[in-house]
Amino acid sequence: MALKRGSLYPLHRQAGAQMVEFSGWELPVQFNSILEEHRAVRSTAGLFDVSHLGRIVVRGPGAFGLLQKAFTNDLTKARSGRAQYTLMCKEDGGILDDLVVYHRTEDEFLLALNAANTESDTAWIRRLASDYEVSIEDRTAETVMLALQGPESATLLARLAPPEVTGLPRFGCREEAILGKPVWFSRTGYTGEDGFELVADAEVGETAWRAILGFGVKSCGLGARDTLRLEAALALYGNELDPRTHPHEAGLEWVVALGKGDFIGREALLKDQERSPQRRLVCFRMLERAVPRSGYSILVEGREVGRVTSGNYSPVLRYDIGMGYVPAELSAPDTELDIHIRDKFVRAKVVARPFYKRTA
Amino acid sequence: MSKLSEYRYAKTHEWVRIDDGAAVVGISAHAAEQLGDVVFVEMTAVGAHLKQFDRLGVVESVKAVSDLYSPISGVVTDTNGGLLDRPELVNLSPLDEGWMVKLAPDDLAELENLLTSQKYEETFGEGH
Repeated sequence: MALKRGSLYPLHRQAGAQMVEFSGWELPVQFNSILEEHRAVRSTAGLFDVSHLGRIVVRGPGAFGLLQKAFTNDLTKARSGRAQYTLMCKEDGGILDDLVVYHRTEDEFLLALNAANTESDTAWIRRLASDYEVSIEDRTAETVMLALQGPESATLLARLAPPEVTGLPRFGCREEAILGKPVWFSRTGYTGEDGFELVADAEVGETAWRAILGFGVKSCGLGARDTLRLEAALALYGNELDPRTHPHEAGLEWVVALGKGDFIGREALLKDQERSPQRRLVCFRMLERAVPRSGYSILVEGREVGRVTSGNYSPVLRYDIGMGYVPAELSAPDTELDIHIRDKFVRAKVVARPFYKRTA
Repeated sequence: MSKLSEYRYAKTHEWVRIDDGAAVVGISAHAAEQLGDVVFVEMTAVGAHLKQFDRLGVVESVKAVSDLYSPISGVVTDTNGGLLDRPELVNLSPLDEGWMVKLAPDDLAELENLLTSQKYEETFGEGH
């Protein structure tokens, strides 16, 4: 099957980006250097093309009820103009996807979904929608989505967008026109830094991309996006999350609002709340030089106790870090683990989550 | 830096040049660029004997893990300790400061099994 390409693909090729396949898309993994792109986001700012994220608009008088039923978080806490991180679970409590829902107007919501799950998520929501008065529209192909991330994001965006945008609180969102065309802005991201995300029709999106790069901002690829979210210990669907994983194992019980009324998976998740999970997602750091990677075994006293879900060299901490699932009794900070890396067992220890937290 | 004509390349992208009787080994500029930022190089210990094209070590970049193969048979006599603190030398100077190991070569005739710089460039250079 041919890989999908976003509207900005030709620009990325022109810029000399290295492309990779990710979730059925051909995407820039790096423009120049993952380490430099990563450090730019931590120290100043960087710009990502995240147009591969699924963008689904749900609107109509039944939209609120449908999404309150489909997702685990409580939408009453995200009034119009607010975005919310949430989960979509199966009846048995397994995670189908993690996503951000943007509450645009009274009865209109935008969903930003993982690329690999967009089709199955949409089908799942459509099945549920038969009981609700809503329309569901996939806007992924016609729009682009950009993420401007880093401590200087607000200052930089002020050159393009009005103060109503740059003054948005964390997880605030609103529509504003730039160049006479509507753009959906939110103060959100996936890097552990301050930052904004923009959704716009392809043409305006391209103009915004060019304009922001024109301010001297570095374009960043999927490689830096992955190392940044790893330092911030943000889960990646397919690595830390999958249909066999329950929210409390991943440390995401804070996204499950058991008190909000009925929703899919509630009964199973209520039972989860009554007993602590058998396994937990932990952050660990290597005590010797070696890079842990997804799939490597985690051992204690020679016995396999789990698998690495994500791992890499941390460009900011300058040591090797990873995440993985281990039995709950081995999840306390300072617990010593061994990671099986090729022909060696390399020492590691559990550390507090996240690895990196911005100071401001 | 030595003249390019002195380098011989394996198809697996390692180079070797003979310097004062020692075989110095590293990876090509093309390979370094493809790997991206190198963050760790694991090399076979000094004293090990390797046959031509045996596994010599591993290069880890942010993006990927990649095996290294010895372009020539011999005993490992030295490893580039500078790469422990500065693995980025592999990207900055792949043909010189980013060298990885030195071997006492068994048989220089093995160089004939390798590609010349020109042939390597034709096969793997820009536009291929």
